[in-house]
Amino acid sequence: MSHVTLTAAPETPGAPDTAAPETQAPDEAAVPRRPRISRLQPGLVLSWLVLGLVALWTIAPGFFTSHSATSGTARDKLLPPGDGHLLGTDELGRDLYSRIVHGSINSVTGALVAVAVGLVVGTLLGLVAGSLGGVTDAVMMRIVDVLLSIPGLLLSLSIIIILGFGTVNAAIAVGVGSVASFARLARAEVLRVRRSDFVEAAFGSGGTFVAVLRRHILPNSAGSVLALLALQFGAAILAISTLGFLGYGAPPPTPEWGLLIAEGRNYVATSWWLTTYPGLVVVAVVLSANRISHSIRKVQP
Amino acid sequence: MTGILTAGAAAAGAPTLTVPVLELENLSVSYADRHRRHRRVIHDVSLSIAPGEVVALVGESGSGKSTTAQAVIGLLAGNGRIDGGSIRLNGTDIAGWSQKRLETIRGAKISLIPQDPTSSLNPVATVGSQVEEVLRLHTKLPKAERRQRVLELLERVGIPDPGRRARQYAHELSGGMKQRVLIAAAIALQPQLIIADEATSALDVTVQRRILDLIDDLRAESGTAVLFVTHDLGVAADRADRTVVLQGGRIQEQGPTYEVLARPTSPYTRQLIADAPSITGAPSVAAGEARPLPDAGRDNAVEVRNLVQEFAAGRNLPAFRAVDGVTFSVPRGTTHAIVGESGSGKTTTARALAGFQRPSGGHIIICGQDLSALDAKGLRLFRKHVQLVYQNPFTSLDPRQTIARIIEEPLLNFDAVPRQRRDAAVRDLLARVSLPESLLAKHPRELSGGQRQRVAIARALVLNPEVLILDEAVSALDVTVQSQILALLEELQRELDLSYVFITHDLAVVRQIADTVSVMSNGRQVEQGTVSEVFLNPQHSYTRELIDAIPGNRKAQP
Repeated sequence: MSHVTLTAAPETPGAPDTAAPETQAPDEAAVPRRPRISRLQPGLVLSWLVLGLVALWTIAPGFFTSHSATSGTARDKLLPPGDGHLLGTDELGRDLYSRIVHGSINSVTGALVAVAVGLVVGTLLGLVAGSLGGVTDAVMMRIVDVLLSIPGLLLSLSIIIILGFGTVNAAIAVGVGSVASFARLARAEVLRVRRSDFVEAAFGSGGTFVAVLRRHILPNSAGSVLALLALQFGAAILAISTLGFLGYGAPPPTPEWGLLIAEGRNYVATSWWLTTYPGLVVVAVVLSANRISHSIRKVQP
Repeated sequence: MTGILTAGAAAAGAPTLTVPVLELENLSVSYADRHRRHRRVIHDVSLSIAPGEVVALVGESGSGKSTTAQAVIGLLAGNGRIDGGSIRLNGTDIAGWSQKRLETIRGAKISLIPQDPTSSLNPVATVGSQVEEVLRLHTKLPKAERRQRVLELLERVGIPDPGRRARQYAHELSGGMKQRVLIAAAIALQPQLIIADEATSALDVTVQRRILDLIDDLRAESGTAVLFVTHDLGVAADRADRTVVLQGGRIQEQGPTYEVLARPTSPYTRQLIADAPSITGAPSVAAGEARPLPDAGRDNAVEVRNLVQEFAAGRNLPAFRAVDGVTFSVPRGTTHAIVGESGSGKTTTARALAGFQRPSGGHIIICGQDLSALDAKGLRLFRKHVQLVYQNPFTSLDPRQTIARIIEEPLLNFDAVPRQRRDAAVRDLLARVSLPESLLAKHPRELSGGQRQRVAIARALVLNPEVLILDEAVSALDVTVQSQILALLEELQRELDLSYVFITHDLAVVRQIADTVSVMSNGRQVEQGTVSEVFLNPQHSYTRELIDAIPGNRKAQP
């Protein structure tokens, strides 16, 4: 799931022995250029649009829908998508589109909390382990190994059982599950950058540990961590929806994407829209996050 | 065809009568960039190799020499394309052949000895099975006979105890040994042409010499033609019957090696010869034209006494002694070179001098200060006096910083220097290392290798150090750039009264830049003295071997 290796493989500048460009050789320094987004990539643009729209839903749901997300008229129950109700209504006559829009608050903030927990705790662990090395490194990484060996869902469920049900707790549980990935990546990046000549040169010119960490190690490790961040955001959306679907997340009638799918399950034979549309939204958001993560990884120098 | 080959093998003297093994005619190759625009990198290259002949294809990085070799063997990168011309192998044009068809001749008629023996062997297969693979693909020999043939081949290329070695993996073999395995695979089917693409560039000089001797022997024995692709004019001078000089994808010059070297017609070849220290350096020392000796009686900028550096080798194992009793001193304003092959302990010595390791024993005294007496903070402050320049300018500069920031950074580590003074210092240094100010806002990736190394030198000088440690600082650069950097270093030494400790594997460079020299082997200092003493009258057998192995002195005369 999240075990994607994100080691930043710096692209070798140019083919091994290609000659200098003949037509455009302004100076001898015309080695490879800054990797620019040369062509408009439709998939990437679409991904940003999807995430942008979801972000707007989260910030101002009222701007996108006038229907209430939690109350409906029983008369209008299980209406198919069409007039008045863009995506139809559910068994209590609530507008599905409105519930999806309002549901993004729970899903997106939950994913943000989860990613923040993973990022802060994981990166800190990795940074410390990678910088100190020795016994500290060994002990911390074995703990991370143990974390990785427990299936993510099982870990999240156990944590929720301890913390209690609810959106925030579900988010924290998912975040703890991603700590291991962040810790591993951060450590690998720190080790890679630390070994490099320019970091040693920075120490060699009298740099203190903090200065070198700030000037060289952090900026050069940030790219991969950022890429993982985007990837984990998608994974967190999925995990939170899973927990919601299983009933461990926000309690009804709170609109939450996983919960919406779960509730629609009973009517899947008669009212397909109740499961299909929330499901499509989750898929779109996760795919967009993955696509953006991929592009971040590629832009690195 | 093969009849002609074996018969004409020894008769390399009259190659014109036979059909050339390889003939390139107006070969043009281009690469597509990311916008799928094709950019031509090889322009109308024509050359021919007769049976049993050794031809050197010489040029700097980017000259297109590797691309030419790859085109011949049909292994151009995915974005490469042959635009025109013909590649005739024994008179048959193979330029338009499909990969499938090329597979029938690759290994059988043409074989390649690649540059980097470490990345060219499969780490999870035994080396024996990798030699055997060639036989399995191209012959119908039964398994037992293949095995037998592999052992013969390994023995032929000088691998002792081939039965045991064949069952080993690449990581259990040394670099020279791995290159021998690749050569064994290359000669397995007695090809008519062997392409050696920088085959010895990654090896130590003495190993390089043995490998080149081996290739020579194999050629004399089976009449195989050899195409040496190399950046090292010295190797070409030693080994090649004919030399082809390539620049920017165009042939600048070709002819018998001694003629090209003695009477170069193109200015580029003249430049290359002038810049190659191995070819031009030799006579000057022999004629006693070494650098003038430094004034006697100046104080020592660096003094190393009985330096010992050990590394823990693991539990219950005795510590590994990387440096064992090195002693030398560097008078202010002079250059001391430390020469040795990989694993000799020269880089460990350099790192101890730069304060990156605490010596296990002995003393390092720089500018009157004993490094081992300093605590961590003292050491940090002391770094003002001694700076290290790294071998590889592609990894020693932070890719995310601008040039201005890179050069300025050391100043930020000590007492606050006002911004204007810092800017002035950066501009001053940039001028000193002869770089235009327009580079200040650029990033390292926008600079060439030589420019980057100049930036690295500027960064090392910004703190006004008295001692510079240059760890193979010119080894990764093309000869022309290398000679420019060496000239810059000499100029800076004169102007700023710098003392250099110059770590290198290249004796030819030592002759050019150093005043005194230490020769290291297996952690021990086997010889030291002034450059002319050591070169003209080497005392230790290892030093003699090193000096003999410098390429560039054999075929220089007809």
